[in-house]
Amino acid sequence: MDAILLQLLNGLDKGGAYALIALGLTLVFGTLGVVNFAHGALFMLGAFCAVTLRKLLTLEQVVLDTENLTAWGTPTEIRTPYVEAWFGDFGAVLVNYSVPLAILLAIPVMLAVGVAMERGLIKHFYRRPHAEQILVTFGLAIVLQEIIKHFFGANPIPQPMPENFSGAADIGVMLGMDPNVIVYPWWRLVYFAFSVIVIGAVFAFLQFTTFGMVVRAGMADRETVGLIGIDIDKRFTAMFGLAAVVAGVAGVMYTPLLPPDYHLGMDFLVLTFVVVVVGGMGSLPGAVAAGFLLGILQSFASMTEVKAIIPGIDQIIIYLVAVIILLVRPRGLMGRKGVMES
Amino acid sequence: MTERNDGPSRRRVLKGAAAGLVTAGIAPTIITSRAYGQEYRNKPSGDTVTLGFNVPQTGPYADEGADELRAYELAVEHLNGEGDGGMLNTMQPSNLKGNGILGKKVAYVTGDTQTKSDAARASAKRMIEKDGALMITGGSSSGVAVAVQGLCQEMGTIFMAGLTHSNDTTGKDKRRYGFRHFFNAYMSGAALGPVLADEYGTERRAYHLTADYNWGWTQEESMKNATEALGWETVNTVKTPVGAGDFSQYITPVLNSGADVLILNHYGRDMVNSLTQAVQFGLRDKQVNGKDFQIVVPLFSRLMAQGAGDNIKGILGSTNWNWSLQDAGSQAFVKSFGAKYGFPPSMAAHTCYVQALLYADACERAGTFYPPDVIRALEGHKFDGMGNGPTEYRAEDHQCFKDVLVVRGNENPTSQFDLLNVVQQVPRSQVEYDASIFGGELGPYEVSM
Amino acid sequence: MNLQGIFSMSRKDLTTLVIFSIVVLALPIWLQPFGAAYPDLMQRFAIFGILAIGFNILFGLTGYLSFGHAAFLGVGSYTAVWTFKLFSMNPIPALFFAVIMSGLFAFIIGFVSLRRSGIYFSILTLAFAQMSYNLAYSVLTPITNGETGLQLESSDPRIIDSMFVGEQAGLPVSNFFGLEMSGIPGFYFCAIFLIIGFFITQRIFASPFGMMLRGIKSNQTRMNYTGFNTRPYTLTAFVISGMYAGLAGGLMAVTDPLAGAERMQWTASGEIVLMTILGGVGTLLGPIVGAWLIKYFENIFSSFNENVLHNLFGFLPDGVESVVVEITSMFVGEGWHLTLGLVFVLVVTFLPGGIMEGYRRITAMFTGGGGDGKKANADDKQTQPAE
Repeated sequence: MDAILLQLLNGLDKGGAYALIALGLTLVFGTLGVVNFAHGALFMLGAFCAVTLRKLLTLEQVVLDTENLTAWGTPTEIRTPYVEAWFGDFGAVLVNYSVPLAILLAIPVMLAVGVAMERGLIKHFYRRPHAEQILVTFGLAIVLQEIIKHFFGANPIPQPMPENFSGAADIGVMLGMDPNVIVYPWWRLVYFAFSVIVIGAVFAFLQFTTFGMVVRAGMADRETVGLIGIDIDKRFTAMFGLAAVVAGVAGVMYTPLLPPDYHLGMDFLVLTFVVVVVGGMGSLPGAVAAGFLLGILQSFASMTEVKAIIPGIDQIIIYLVAVIILLVRPRGLMGRKGVMES
Repeated sequence: MTERNDGPSRRRVLKGAAAGLVTAGIAPTIITSRAYGQEYRNKPSGDTVTLGFNVPQTGPYADEGADELRAYELAVEHLNGEGDGGMLNTMQPSNLKGNGILGKKVAYVTGDTQTKSDAARASAKRMIEKDGALMITGGSSSGVAVAVQGLCQEMGTIFMAGLTHSNDTTGKDKRRYGFRHFFNAYMSGAALGPVLADEYGTERRAYHLTADYNWGWTQEESMKNATEALGWETVNTVKTPVGAGDFSQYITPVLNSGADVLILNHYGRDMVNSLTQAVQFGLRDKQVNGKDFQIVVPLFSRLMAQGAGDNIKGILGSTNWNWSLQDAGSQAFVKSFGAKYGFPPSMAAHTCYVQALLYADACERAGTFYPPDVIRALEGHKFDGMGNGPTEYRAEDHQCFKDVLVVRGNENPTSQFDLLNVVQQVPRSQVEYDASIFGGELGPYEVSM
Repeated sequence: MNLQGIFSMSRKDLTTLVIFSIVVLALPIWLQPFGAAYPDLMQRFAIFGILAIGFNILFGLTGYLSFGHAAFLGVGSYTAVWTFKLFSMNPIPALFFAVIMSGLFAFIIGFVSLRRSGIYFSILTLAFAQMSYNLAYSVLTPITNGETGLQLESSDPRIIDSMFVGEQAGLPVSNFFGLEMSGIPGFYFCAIFLIIGFFITQRIFASPFGMMLRGIKSNQTRMNYTGFNTRPYTLTAFVISGMYAGLAGGLMAVTDPLAGAERMQWTASGEIVLMTILGGVGTLLGPIVGAWLIKYFENIFSSFNENVLHNLFGFLPDGVESVVVEITSMFVGEGWHLTLGLVFVLVVTFLPGGIMEGYRRITAMFTGGGGDGKKANADDKQTQPAE
């Protein structure tokens, strides 16, 4: 029982993460029709916003101690972070909360990156074949990745979460069970709540604002919307920027769970494409549903009991489910007819 | 750049083809060295000898590869008599004079393994076929080491393995032309076992999470054998996909499994992620069976462990070498490496540096570069002064036997490099085993080309 | 197609074929100045050329973008190595089984995946390939030898060889009736297959079957409405394309008897897609050019370390030299990925249709757009948008 409950929690947690990571891709790929292979790189850039902020906050004043030498004969260094030196305890709090604070950095940075990308490059590819969109965005992803590698190296860089959120919550006790049966890390719960909020906000934005309505109309019929005098291009740019921001903040908040390295984006790229397509092209709710479905099934497939029946099932479950769904439902869970089918 | 290879190609090709028809008869002989009637591939003819450094330069192990390359460059300097000489001064016995190898200046070429067998073999082949490399060395995974070792056997080129920890490299996949200085999974288990019993008692229940590929399996098997011999019970062994990223679905079943030790048979990024997440699940704050829950990481790499941050504090594991060792050889190496690059070398750098020197020394002792003679010089060679105490290259499987370090994540690091404390230098006798237990066959000395 | 039909090529096609054959066979000569004239890379040029033209039969003609083509490459390699292990070191049976097995594999995957089109098709093929990769890496290790890769063992049975040849020391080398398949002979062996493969592709492009596939690409719905079932055609194209990949995989094993799981990973499939688009989708030569360019970067650019650069720029004054080396080293050696990424972006931005488009523009510039042979040649290379 507790094993199943825990896996369900895992599934929801994973599902939230998948849905959130895939959300930005759905906006660009499912709605603007651009096959964006650089989406993973945007997620990775977001994660490195967190790394950068922490690096800045922990910049240290270095005093050389020539009395004590290191094993290789250079003076040892005495390091004091500037922030703590200047602000005392408040500085320490800033460092402690560097990950959530990095969202404030990530929003403008990612918006700028997204808009620059769209205006500088993607704009020219709306009417080009998807194959060429793949090549250009893949090339861009490699370039972004290599730039990050140049400055941060290839190793993962740990990003501690705020101390108040380290450790695990005893959910079992809250549900009236024995202590220590159902425990779950605080930060994973935070991430889950965060994804629900962001997904909800994006939905509301598209559903209830004029901007969202125009974008949705533009997706359905770009020409007509253009004819009635609305500058749809500008809104598409904004849309791309929004997608970049969503990908970026998803990356920021994920760093405590997965110490980021420059390769992070490529690892998530295939997964996000599968989530979006299984959800159905052009459908935001579809992507969210697919995220949760795949997350939950993946968690259950990893249980020893299940693996005993079908060895290696946890290795392939995501793809197996994708195949089954696409065969049963031709346009994924909630796909619209005619989007990216030709 | 693209233009060069595309547009004019046809015109150039026409010209080239015309030329080709004339020279077609001689062209192949230019490329295959055997036409010269050499007695072995890439026999150095000028006043230099070329070594091939095959390390990961892209992908997740790129930093480790970069550190290996730094070590090789240092080794080349020292062999050529530049710099402070490093371990040339401490190695015993040593026939190295600081004038290159057999009087020839050491040159080198590099390649990117990408930590993929195919890419690693491609770059090794390039170095052998095109650049005339006489020896190939480096790498950061067992898959790559076994693949390149197999290639080198076919090509008749000696391979001095870099970081590879699987039992297979000098076990079932051993080759006459392949040599490993690094330790292996069996030795990790044998070294860690008694320390674990000392620290955590003999009545423990272990849960293994294992990377689902060859190295992971040999690591799991070795740890299982070693711990069960102490009286530990194995609750479960679970395979996890390589590069899983999020391990939560494998960690939650540990919580209520009744296990009180979690053994993470992961390396590199998998280790960083699974350890980070296991700690987040509060495993280390748990009490099970009246004992403190413990996590063990059998293969610790300082370089990769940086990625796990504070989570490694207090965790036990084993490692091939650490820069904090106080013997003369280690100190000499750390000194020249640190002086050149400003930070201490990783264990990958150490093993690569030592391998380069050992190869050079073997050539000097053999008095030739002729690979079969160099192999014979390495087989059964005993040496000291290169860290890890007295060491032997066992002739039966080309595995080095030396002391193994059991380490613990440092609770109070004084610098970002001071991550591991040496708990015990486990003597060589305790980790030795019979070469026959892993099977395999070395193959012939002479290779037809 | 009757026998006469096969050989009655248009003059233009014949010229292309002859020139192409000369270019391929003369690789060891004209690659010298590029530092690429060594057996392993030339073998790769031939093998990845086969892979890319095969992929192009599917993608270029039908517009179906398979994102799992590397799976067939892997199946071909595994089959070939197993044939070596069980039967004989002769490459012919190995290649035969490799092509058959990958064709079979392609038939099954194609049969299922072709029920969907567009992006849904791409994800289906991707999913099948990733499943193959993940299983080959882990639970199928008894067959694939997992991460380490399947290699020859001296204890292999090699039933047929053992009847003719006695015990040998060491591992055998694949040989074509005594001619060892490594080094230059190995390259020419692959090159001959590349030329044959190219010839077949030419014939397919020019055949009614090829026309039908193009028709499917430009308007499948309309063809379906007329009551015409397109799937047998697309499935045939898929299987042929899978067999090309199997041949390429088999040749990889012939020249270097090792089959690794990572050959099937999505990045490998993606590489095939990138090669084809970079060179020019739907053109005869484009995919080969794309494949050569990417392999050249991977093998040669990655080998320029700082040492090499210092020698290269040694003629410059010291201060200038270190700056130049510093900047160049970002793009070569461990930075070769960066260069590759930039090339992708630049080529596709300025040359819609890939490198062959650049070639077309240049020839058009020289011939003033005249209707000579080259211009006509370019016509069938013109890409049609995939949508």
